[in-house]
Amino acid sequence: MHEMAIAQGILEIVADAAANNGAGKVSRIKLQIGQLTAIEPDALRFCFAAMAAGTMAERAELEIEIMPLICRCQDCSRSFAVEAFRLVCPDCGSHRTEITSGRELRVEHLEVE
Amino acid sequence: MEIRVMANILEQNDRIADELKAALGAQGIFALNLLGSPGSGKTTLLENTLAALKDEMNIAVIEGDLFTSKDAERIARQGVPVIQINTGGGCHLDANMVRNALAGLELAALDLIIIENVGNLVCPAEFDIGEDCKVTVLSITEGEDKPLKYPLVFKQAEAVILNKVDLLPYTSFDMEAACEDLSSISPGAALLLVSCRTGEGLLDWYSWLRQRIAQKKTRSQADD
Repeated sequence: MHEMAIAQGILEIVADAAANNGAGKVSRIKLQIGQLTAIEPDALRFCFAAMAAGTMAERAELEIEIMPLICRCQDCSRSFAVEAFRLVCPDCGSHRTEITSGRELRVEHLEVE
Repeated sequence: MEIRVMANILEQNDRIADELKAALGAQGIFALNLLGSPGSGKTTLLENTLAALKDEMNIAVIEGDLFTSKDAERIARQGVPVIQINTGGGCHLDANMVRNALAGLELAALDLIIIENVGNLVCPAEFDIGEDCKVTVLSITEGEDKPLKYPLVFKQAEAVILNKVDLLPYTSFDMEAACEDLSSISPGAALLLVSCRTGEGLLDWYSWLRQRIAQKKTRSQADD
């Protein structure tokens, strides 16, 4: 249940950003979570609600955008959407691929009052 | 009002992990993050590894465990320094816990630090704890479906150790499927078939580890 640690990280980022902008209450938090992360969105919502109780983000709605897993082949430069966690280039068969999307754990923006 | 943030949620952890990498790198110490399910054989692999390598290099161990010091006691019997981290129910180690543990070790004397993470295929995969590489242990009795069910912990590993291969004749473990899935998820990772009970394959594991440690030493000396 490491979603508790993730929820705490979100709350710290949100509290800092809200304070820096003189905001009183946070109404919405937009997250980007990569497909290849070990995050269960429902568990994260549950942990965040527990963590945010009594804070300025208490009533914030958590919007989670799942970022697709995309790789780029370092040999033929092709970008490809990964299916069934097969990170091998579908064109040239190269094993030298890098993940360009799908590992995000990011607070994208907040809506505050 | 909308505030654009674009902040990495694990930024604080990653910052500490980077500090640890720099501190260990400056001393040429190789740090290994050992991952795998409870019962996959992480501690037994560690005991074998220490027995094989402790006379040729200086090793220390950090043991992550929810509540007990059972594993640390096993490691201490090998005569190497060991620091216990009890997470108190926490499912993973983070960089700050490792930073605190490192404060209890004489770093200047070390070549290798092995950090045995909490037994868990999910949570520890997400946290950089300042290691040079992650190694994931998967045992035959867990089944060949685990790499696709827990892709991150296998994707992050530079070596995957398939342990308990001596039990293959007694299980329906599909080795071909396991190897195919592992090479799809983590195409560059070394795949090592071992049995900690019979010793099969362990020499290949020690060679792999020796080579990685030597590469780190060379890099660190080149930076001096």
